[in-house]
Amino acid sequence: MLSESGTRDAGDRIAITLTINGQRRQLQVAPWTSLLDLLREDLDLTGTKKGCDHGQCGACTVIVDGRRVNACLALAVMKDGASVTTIEGLSTGALHPVQAAFVEHDAFQCGYCTPGQIMSAVALIEEGRARTREEIREYMSGNLCRCGAYTNIVDAVESVLNGSSARREAAE
Amino acid sequence: MATTNLHVGTAQSRLDGPAKVTGTAKYAAEFKAADLAYGVVVSSAITRGRISAIDAAAALAVPGVIQVFTHENRPRTAWLDYNYRDQVAPPGSPFRALHGPEISFGGQPVALVVAESFDLARHGASLIRVTYEEEVPNTDLAKNREAAYVPPKKRSGIKPPPDPRGDAEGALAAAPITLRHEYKQAVEHHNPMEPHATTVVWEGEGKLTIHDKIQGVNNTQGYVCSVFNLKPDDVRVISPYVGGAFGSGLRPQYQLFLAVSAALDLKRSVRVVLSRDQMFTLGYRPETIQTVALGADEDGRLQALLHEAVAGTSTFEDYQESVVNWSGLLYHCPNVTLGYKLAKLDTYTPADMRAPGAVTGVFALEVAMDELACATGIDPLELRLRNYAERDEGENKDFTSKALRACYAEGAARFGWARRTAEPRSMREGRELIGWGMATGVWEAFMMKSSARARLSIDGSLEVACSTADLGTGTYTILAQIGADALGVPIGRVRTQLGDTALPEAPLAGGSWTAASSGAAVELACRAVSEQLLAFARRIDESPLANADLAHVTFVDGEIRLASDPSVRVAVADAMHAGGVETVEATETAKPSLLTSLRYAAYTHSAVFAEVRIDEELGVVRVTRVVSAVAAGKILNLKTARSQILGGVVMGIGAALEEESMLDHNVGRFMNHNFGEYHVPVNADIHDIEVIFVDEHDDKVSPIGVKGLGEIGIVGTAAAIANAVHHATGKRIREIPITLDKIIA
Repeated sequence: MLSESGTRDAGDRIAITLTINGQRRQLQVAPWTSLLDLLREDLDLTGTKKGCDHGQCGACTVIVDGRRVNACLALAVMKDGASVTTIEGLSTGALHPVQAAFVEHDAFQCGYCTPGQIMSAVALIEEGRARTREEIREYMSGNLCRCGAYTNIVDAVESVLNGSSARREAAE
Repeated sequence: MATTNLHVGTAQSRLDGPAKVTGTAKYAAEFKAADLAYGVVVSSAITRGRISAIDAAAALAVPGVIQVFTHENRPRTAWLDYNYRDQVAPPGSPFRALHGPEISFGGQPVALVVAESFDLARHGASLIRVTYEEEVPNTDLAKNREAAYVPPKKRSGIKPPPDPRGDAEGALAAAPITLRHEYKQAVEHHNPMEPHATTVVWEGEGKLTIHDKIQGVNNTQGYVCSVFNLKPDDVRVISPYVGGAFGSGLRPQYQLFLAVSAALDLKRSVRVVLSRDQMFTLGYRPETIQTVALGADEDGRLQALLHEAVAGTSTFEDYQESVVNWSGLLYHCPNVTLGYKLAKLDTYTPADMRAPGAVTGVFALEVAMDELACATGIDPLELRLRNYAERDEGENKDFTSKALRACYAEGAARFGWARRTAEPRSMREGRELIGWGMATGVWEAFMMKSSARARLSIDGSLEVACSTADLGTGTYTILAQIGADALGVPIGRVRTQLGDTALPEAPLAGGSWTAASSGAAVELACRAVSEQLLAFARRIDESPLANADLAHVTFVDGEIRLASDPSVRVAVADAMHAGGVETVEATETAKPSLLTSLRYAAYTHSAVFAEVRIDEELGVVRVTRVVSAVAAGKILNLKTARSQILGGVVMGIGAALEEESMLDHNVGRFMNHNFGEYHVPVNADIHDIEVIFVDEHDDKVSPIGVKGLGEIGIVGTAAAIANAVHHATGKRIREIPITLDKIIA
C-alpha cells in the first residue's frame, strides 16, 4: 500500500493461511514478502536457502501443492491456501531415502545448495519423469552446486530411483 | 604408540551430513537474536569519482527504518591502515567501507540502511539518492600493460618468481624448435552458493557474538578487535558451517565491517547479507595476460622457457599470487626466465580463488607444452616424461615426494590414452568431433602451525576441536577419523567441533593445508591424552601395563592393549577410575618443520586427461570424460577426498568453458553479475569424472603424511580441455573460457 507521501506502511499486512510441513498456519504477511523470506526470516525455517533471490540457482526449492517451486520467486500472499513442504518437513526421525542417499553418496560438500537439491530430487522422483542418468542430469540442472558434487548427486538420485523401481516391481 | 587404521584411509560419510541434509546446519545469516535488525547495502552506481551528496531523508521517513549509515555519519573506527590488515591482506591500504566520499571500484558500498525487517531495509535502500562526480574509469588490463610494474612489496606467503637460471633468451634463439604465444585468463568470481553474510548478536555491555562467513574465525575476530578497538574476550566468532567460499572467505568482507559498525552504534543485533549481484563487488580471480616461449631440440627436450604474466589488481592493494613459478619447477630445463607484474585498475582487489595463480599459470604452460608436442610430433604424454623434473630446479631443492610418473601411467591407462590418434580432427562420431587432451597439475603442499584439543570421557565418547572451518572440504570427518584411530574409539562416538574462537587456534582453511595442519594437531592432542591414560593405567594395583611404554601399546575398542600381546590390557574407563577423573583432555600445537621447508620443495601433482565432443556447427563443447590421477601423500578419507577432486575438476570445467566476469570498460562494471549470465557448470554440463589416488609416501610435509587436496583437482583441468579442443578441431584457443564464439570464429 502506498500512503499519500508515497512511502509504504509496514502495517499493511494481509491475512493468509498456509499449511507448512503439515501444520496449518494463519499468517499476517506484507504484500511484498516472498515465500522464501517468510520461511527464513519470519518462521525460522532456515533450511530453505537463499542463493540468488532471482530464481537462477534453485537453493530455495520447496514443494508447493506437489510441485517444485523457487520460493524466492513466489510472493507469500499468492500462495494463500497452499500446502508447502520444506526440507524440515521431509522426514520425522529417520532420514528420507533421498536424504540418506545424499549422505551415502557424498552428494554435497558445503551443504548450502543441498536442501534445494533434495527437494528437487524428491519431486522429480515422485513425478516419475527421470529414468536415465541423462534425464536426471537434465531435470536437476535448475539446482546449482558450486562445490561440484553433480556426479554424486546423480548417483544418489539414481540409487533411490532404482530402489523405488525395485520396490514397485516387487509389489507387482 | 601404534595407532590402528580402522578409520583413517577408509571411505567415511560426512559426520556433518545429517545436519546438512535436514536443513538444521546453521550458516552465518541463520542465527537468531530477539533484537535483530536488518542491514541492506547500497552499492555505488559509479566506478570512479566521489560522492557529492547522499540524501537519506526518504528512507529515514519509512516507519521501521532505524538508521542509514554513510561516510557522513559512520561510527568512528581505527585510524591507521595497519589496523585494517587481516591475516592474509596483500600489501597496500585495505578497503574501508564508508570511509570517505571517494569511489574506487564499481559497486563500492556507499550506505547501509538498517530497519526492523529485511523487506523494509531493502525498500529503504531503494530510496537512498546519491549524486556523484564521476570520473572516467580505468579497468582495461590490455591498455594498462605497458604501465605494469613489479610489486615493490611482496605479499607474505607468496613467493616471487625465482631468479633466472641460465640464459633463456640466448637458448631460445639457438633452439631448433621454438614457439612464443600469448595466453589469457578471464576474471572469475568465486560465487559460493551462500552469499556473504554476517549476523552480529549484541550481548550487552559491548560484548558481541559474531556469525560470519569466513574461512577462519580468528581472522574475523582479529580484524574486528583491531578496527573497532575491542578486546578479544568481548568478541566471540562462531561459524560452524560455511556455504562454500573457495577463497572468497579468507579475508573479512565489507558486510562484516558494516554489520559490526551498526551493531555497536545501535547497541542491538544486526544482520547484513549481500545480494548475489553484490557478490560481484568482492574479490575475484584476476584477469591475466601471459606470454610463454619454449625452445626445444628435435627430441622435444626443453632448452629454454620464458613465462611472463601481467595481472590486474586494485588501485589500493597489490594482490599477488604465484602465476609463473610453476614453470620453473614442473619440467627439467636449463634456461628459465620468469616474470610477474601488476597493473592497477579501478576494480576491487582480487582475491585468492581455488589454486590461485596455478589455475592461471599452469593453463598457459600446459597449453604451450601441447603446442610443443604438436610442433615436434611427439605424443603430449611422452613429451612430459622426456622433460620430467627430478628436482625443483626453480628453488634448487629435492622434492619431499613426487609420484607424478605414477599419475601419468595410471591416468593414461584408465583413460585409454594409448588409443589416441595424434592428428587433430582425426576422431569423430556422428556430427561430433572428438578430442583427447592431457595436462599436468601441481600445487603446493603446506603445513601451518595449528592447535587442537582432544577430550576423552569415561563413557567412551571423544571430542576433537579446533577453530578452523569446514567449507565442505570434509574437515569435520577427517579430524574425527584421526581421533578415532588414535584413541580406539568408534567414529560414531567422536564429535568434532570447529569454527569457534573459543576453541584452540587453527589457521584459516585455505591453501589445501588444513588436513595436514589441524590433522597433525589432533593427532598430537590425542597422543597427549593417551600418555595421561597410560600413566593412570600403570597406577592400578598390579597393573598388567605397569612396565609398558607408550610405544608398546595400542588403543583399541576402549582398551589400552600391549601391541605384542593384545590380551594384556586395561580398560580406558578403569584407567580413568585409577586416575580419579571422568575426562582426560589435552591441547597441543603442531608446527611445521623449518628444516624441511628449507631443504625440500613440497608439492602435490596430478595428471589430467579429458575428452571433449564438439558439434562444430554449433560450437558447443561437451566434456564427456575426465580422468584426474592425483599424488597427494596419504589419503585420509576416500569418500570426501574424491569429492574434493571432483569439485576441483568441475570448477576447472567452468574455468575452461564457461566462467567469465565481463567488464564494460565504459562504465567499469561487471555486466553479468548474476547466475543467469555468469555461467557456472550445471548438472547437465558434467559427465563422467574419474578420480585416481596414486600411492605416494611422504614423511616430510606433515607428521601424518598428508599433502592436501583442496586445490589440486582444478589445476591443469582447463589446459587438458583446451588441448582436447585443439585435438578435436585443430583450433588452438589460448584464452579461457573457450566459449562457443571462439570455436566457430
